[in-house]
Amino acid sequence: MKNVKVLGTGCANCKNTLALVEAVAREKGVQIALEKVEDLPSIMSYNVMSTPGVVIDGVVVHAGGVPARSKVESWF
Amino acid sequence: MSAQSQAIASPALSRWLVIIAVSTLLWFAVYSHLSEFADAVVATLQLSRDTHFGEAVHFFLFDTPKVLLLLTGIVFVMGIVQTFFAPERTRALLSGKRVGVGNVLAASLGIVTPFCSCSAVPLFIGFLSAGVPLGVTFSFLISAPMVNEVALVLLFGMFGWKVAVLYLGMGLLVAIVAGFVIGKLRMERFLEDWVQQIQAGQGVVHADAAMSWVERFEAGWDHVKQIVGKVWPYILLGIGLGAAIHGYVPEDFMASFMGKDVWWAVPAAVLLGVPMYTNAAGIIPIVQALIGKGAALGTVLAFMMAVIALSAPEMIILRKALKPTLIATFAGVVATGILLVGYVFNWVL
Repeated sequence: MKNVKVLGTGCANCKNTLALVEAVAREKGVQIALEKVEDLPSIMSYNVMSTPGVVIDGVVVHAGGVPARSKVESWF
Repeated sequence: MSAQSQAIASPALSRWLVIIAVSTLLWFAVYSHLSEFADAVVATLQLSRDTHFGEAVHFFLFDTPKVLLLLTGIVFVMGIVQTFFAPERTRALLSGKRVGVGNVLAASLGIVTPFCSCSAVPLFIGFLSAGVPLGVTFSFLISAPMVNEVALVLLFGMFGWKVAVLYLGMGLLVAIVAGFVIGKLRMERFLEDWVQQIQAGQGVVHADAAMSWVERFEAGWDHVKQIVGKVWPYILLGIGLGAAIHGYVPEDFMASFMGKDVWWAVPAAVLLGVPMYTNAAGIIPIVQALIGKGAALGTVLAFMMAVIALSAPEMIILRKALKPTLIATFAGVVATGILLVGYVFNWVL
């Protein structure tokens, strides 16, 4: 099971990213533990400067804007 | 993987190049016939430009397609340019830069680095933790929202290149000087405690690989969908209001309270602008119509800068990282800068 974190302070793009990740994972039948990280010190601990960011199993795979669907598909 | 992506990339790349070439030609063809288009529609509707209504309709029909065309073109180009200036890259360029040179560089990079006010705090802290001085970081933070392509395009479209260049120059100047002043005030202790504790450069390696040109073009197009998709209603509304003002408000009506000779007009405009929150797209068409009725350019530009650069929502976001003293200093220094710009414009023009 993959541990996926979406980093973001709660703007519209962050919510869109969360929904996209959830939808793609469900489509592909991949089990994920999805978590939304909203508090700033935690976001900064990943050294991400432009939100939304996506972290999979502790590795930052995306930062800055909603990721393209094809990019999300490549993660699962 | 690279051989495979090469094979996929070439037809995709040629398709993009053909689309861009055709759209560019079309763009110029349409752009050079906007006046004829507006005249023709006004004539078809059997309106006369001598009437208030006819003049307002003509204004709307001419300005709307013009601004939307300019915006789409420039935003696409900027979307591509921005792929070369990820925030991480900008930070690397700025870290360790001296105050002064650093402020100039930071303000300039603010124009081309993608920025959204919702990432203002992560960006702010990311810069500081990489050793970018506080004042230099502020120069970036002031310039990024204020001197943006949407504002410049609208100013260019509605006032011509001279006003656009003046706004660009003055915006940069305010960002550079305000950042410099904040740096000199040594306000590091007014950062929130958790920000001060963050250690420099954890050096997380990002998995993002280098981009291909196809991806850059796609990013440009995404930028168009995102920006133009968001601002077009404001533009229509703004131009609609502008058209009404243009057609109905008597000449020189604004001169009495927004004219050159009214000394308190500039501070009043700045005070009025701070709590207002809109984007450049909605405000500029109205601003143009006001100027047509005798409002002074400096007063109106000061109002515009205050609306865009000092917004209440952004301050609330920044409050998470800055103590109130620093926020107040930031607002005060920037407001003073804008005030001076307003007076200088009114005096020079």
